Amino acid sequence: MSREEIYGRLNEVFRDVFDDEEITVNDSTTANDVDGWDSLEHINLIVAVERAFGIKFTMGETVGMKNVGEMVDKILMHLG
Amino acid sequence: MSRECSFNKFQMINYNHSINDKIIKRYIYTGEQIMKELEFPFDPDYILRRKKALRRQLLAREDVSYISKKIAFLGGSTTSDVVQILELFLLNYGIKPEFYESEYNMYYEDAVFGNEELDAFAPDVVIIHTTSRNIRTYPAPGDSVERIDALETEVYSQFEQAWIALDARYHCTVIQNNFELPYYRLFGNREASDIHGRSNFTRRLNARFYDYAGKNANFFINDIDYLAAEYGIKRWADLSDWYRYKYALAVPAIPALASNLAHIIKSIYGRNKKAFALDMDNTLWGGVVGDDGPENIRIGHEDASSELYTEFQQYIRAHKDLGVLLTVASKNDEENALAGLARPDSTLSKDDFLVIKANWDNKDINIRKTASELNLGADSFVFVDDNPVERALVEGQIKGIGVPELGAAESYIGILDGSGFFEVTHLSQEDLKRNSMYKANLEREQASQSFGNYDDYLKSLEMKAEILPFKEMYMARIAELTNKSNQFNLTTRRMSQTELESIAGDSAYITRYGRLTDRFGDNGVVSVVFGHEQKDDGGSSLCIDLWLMSCRVLKRGMEYAMMDEIADECRRRKISRIKGFYYPTAKNRMVKEFYADQGFVKTDEDEAGNTCWELDLSVPGSSRNTAIKVN
Repeated sequence: MSREEIYGRLNEVFRDVFDDEEITVNDSTTANDVDGWDSLEHINLIVAVERAFGIKFTMGETVGMKNVGEMVDKILMHLG
Repeated sequence: MSRECSFNKFQMINYNHSINDKIIKRYIYTGEQIMKELEFPFDPDYILRRKKALRRQLLAREDVSYISKKIAFLGGSTTSDVVQILELFLLNYGIKPEFYESEYNMYYEDAVFGNEELDAFAPDVVIIHTTSRNIRTYPAPGDSVERIDALETEVYSQFEQAWIALDARYHCTVIQNNFELPYYRLFGNREASDIHGRSNFTRRLNARFYDYAGKNANFFINDIDYLAAEYGIKRWADLSDWYRYKYALAVPAIPALASNLAHIIKSIYGRNKKAFALDMDNTLWGGVVGDDGPENIRIGHEDASSELYTEFQQYIRAHKDLGVLLTVASKNDEENALAGLARPDSTLSKDDFLVIKANWDNKDINIRKTASELNLGADSFVFVDDNPVERALVEGQIKGIGVPELGAAESYIGILDGSGFFEVTHLSQEDLKRNSMYKANLEREQASQSFGNYDDYLKSLEMKAEILPFKEMYMARIAELTNKSNQFNLTTRRMSQTELESIAGDSAYITRYGRLTDRFGDNGVVSVVFGHEQKDDGGSSLCIDLWLMSCRVLKRGMEYAMMDEIADECRRRKISRIKGFYYPTAKNRMVKEFYADQGFVKTDEDEAGNTCWELDLSVPGSSRNTAIKVN
């Protein structure tokens, strides 16, 4: 799956989780850029991303992600 | 109405969420009260991911008559999503919850010591969400029998202390998780049998919980031990979800937990279904009786398929003892339908059903007829049919009816069971007898047709009523009626058994239950009335807080017998007036003029149609009860 395809699916996940059809994320997007992305919703987001791509992040990975770009890197790694 | 017409109301929504980018099409019936996304078997990932949109859609539904409940959620681990998802399931059942959520792992402190916020909140229901993660000490391999007994009591007592404190402070319903089995087995198989084993210890604690549940009518177990097993114990105990977020269960299992809790809560508040409407061909047996002939349908024990349908018939039949009413809605010639049931190896026979509609009318019409013959709402039925076209039709025509999405025959039991339509929170003698009571009612109905004069018919019933203040032995039934009756219910006031018990002991209240017997049998407790005395200028009045009657005794004059007893008690207490209230709901139109019929005068009416009524007891009136002998 290409980075672009991953973003396509990832945007759907963000729109569902934050119930906002307008959201578009990119490499530099962080929690500060999305309304409602607090620590509790972060759990939901991670789980929804995991289920959407059929992967499971390791504990270390979820703690270390600084922005959406890093999340996409990790997804690509898991999809191998 | 044609099938096409009913499909027009469906709106197709596409979304993709699966690994292979497969587009899943979901049909959402736009005018419907029930959201299919929250019906079993639901997709937990979809619910978690779209919870905000689901909530929005649930709240946007029109004409939903909600009951409001305050629910305190006391957790021994993270609870945030559990509460949010529980809200969705409850809204879908017509229950609007307001939540109090404890701080992280403060369940014990909140329960035992309370706090100002929780006190002010005054919960109707407290849920204690604890898991095996909250058992701090397990037996060690070297511990003596006595040491382990003491440890069991120590762990158990903390919980019991919490339950007792909650009951004393809030008189509320308590729902407590049991413990799920530990996900690893230090001893291997010996874990189960050895008192030092963690799983052995967990089971002992659970047994103590069940003991308490057996003795306390307002205490219920949320069986996460079963849920974890069903989900897979190891998957349930997801270590990364525990260490990352302190969820004591895998996040994707949260919808299963929330749905299970919602089953208990909606059952307590009378939102269970009451009856089955069953298809026959390829539902109760394999094959089509009209085409194949009764000798060739699959039922009995001759082959695998017949045995499968036999188990399903046994599962359905077992519901009779829970008070679930069995009826048939089948497209068949009646003769063929009965021939299928008449097979000697059929578990279900004609007599197991209260009503059998086997004809060629649309099934929604047949279900509505059955409902009206039994004095039930059509939405209190669960329609079981293997044919998706029939299901879509019935679902489109009868708002709120339960229509499980059945798959192959081997899925029937699992799907009905997971749906929790008939979740049993109380099991009364009443439930065991319900089918036969309804049967007697249908016989009465037939008898009435042979009388030219209705009064003669009523007299022929030889009715006797017991009308007395609330009594301990009937409290469970009184609570059941209070929370279930919708139609003949003037104020639709819902109360827990504990609240009703406290009213029964309060001298400011007048309470009466009515039990009716006749020559066809005992109808049990069928009417509940209570009111409180209010002093006002020039004497005092009785304000009727609740007046309800089971629809199974409509038009028998029972309401007049109840009124006589209430009026007599008022006179004994020197109360000079009775004030009655009618609060309209979507279902209680039949009692709009109830107080007028009882001789009251309307004193007030607001825009919403709420009306106030008054009866002056100083004016002598004559009893309208002609056929019931009281006490």
